[in-house]
Amino acid sequence: MKARVTVTLKSGILDPQGKAIEGALKSLGVDGVSSVRQGKVFDIELSGNDKAKAEAALKQAADKLLANTVIENYRVEVMG
Amino acid sequence: MKSAVVVFPGINREHDMARALKLASGHETAMAWHADTALPQGTDLVVVPGGFSYGDYLRCGAIAARAPIMDAVRAHAARGGLVMGVCNGFQILCEAGLLPGVLMRNARLKFICKDVHLRIERSDTPFTRGYNAGQVIRVPVAHGEGNYEADDETVKRLEGEGRVLYRYCAPDGAINDASNINGATHSIAGIVNDAGNVLGMMPHPENHVEAIMGCTDGRGLFAGLVEHFARAA
Repeated sequence: MKARVTVTLKSGILDPQGKAIEGALKSLGVDGVSSVRQGKVFDIELSGNDKAKAEAALKQAADKLLANTVIENYRVEVMG
Repeated sequence: MKSAVVVFPGINREHDMARALKLASGHETAMAWHADTALPQGTDLVVVPGGFSYGDYLRCGAIAARAPIMDAVRAHAARGGLVMGVCNGFQILCEAGLLPGVLMRNARLKFICKDVHLRIERSDTPFTRGYNAGQVIRVPVAHGEGNYEADDETVKRLEGEGRVLYRYCAPDGAINDASNINGATHSIAGIVNDAGNVLGMMPHPENHVEAIMGCTDGRGLFAGLVEHFARAA
């Protein structure tokens, strides 16, 4: 099974990297960019076919390691 | 004072730290490897040094914080043993849940490598007793992610309980935006946990302990720790 965990900064947390990228996009003349927040994507392959089990394992992975829940939110998608 | 320095792959300040600890205490410093499950017998003080553990992959300190040795460090802290994390060590202790908050990318994005001034906020702790409250010391920093952040409630608790021990300041001790090198909340450079036995700080006191280094302002921290254990004995 293929799955994806997306980790994003919580709102209100300062994101200097996102700000720098935002500035670069503006200087490139990309129109209409009002703000950029940087995050991370983890593409994970899982053995087995149990979707619920996979979701539980991925949540554990995100809570224990992939995300720092003090400053980050995460989203788990099992694509099957 | 018997000290153990924890070593992870990618750590590079362990020898500076071991040298500073030996200089202050007269005891050899033990090294504890990340894969070990126990600290050397008789360890009084555990130090998590600076560097780039696991190449700063994922988040600074995130992978080191989950290494086997960290369970032993947690147990040492839970027993009331002293733990000190410097630079990457501070990041690791935050990731390990031993200290609150997180070290974010420096507000002005630059990796900062220079001497800074720190104000000692109180002197009645094992980590600051070698200084006077209000004293200003000069020590180096070398980090890209030292911008301390925590939620409002945590910051309020840290301040209310006097758990901010070191703050970035101007040479005269003034706290202002210009001296807050990395944009840290309340110019925080070093904090302790609620029990007061775990310290995390971004600057490197171990690099200002000998005359040849051009400054010995970092000595007070180590001398204070030695005195703490001498009095306890």
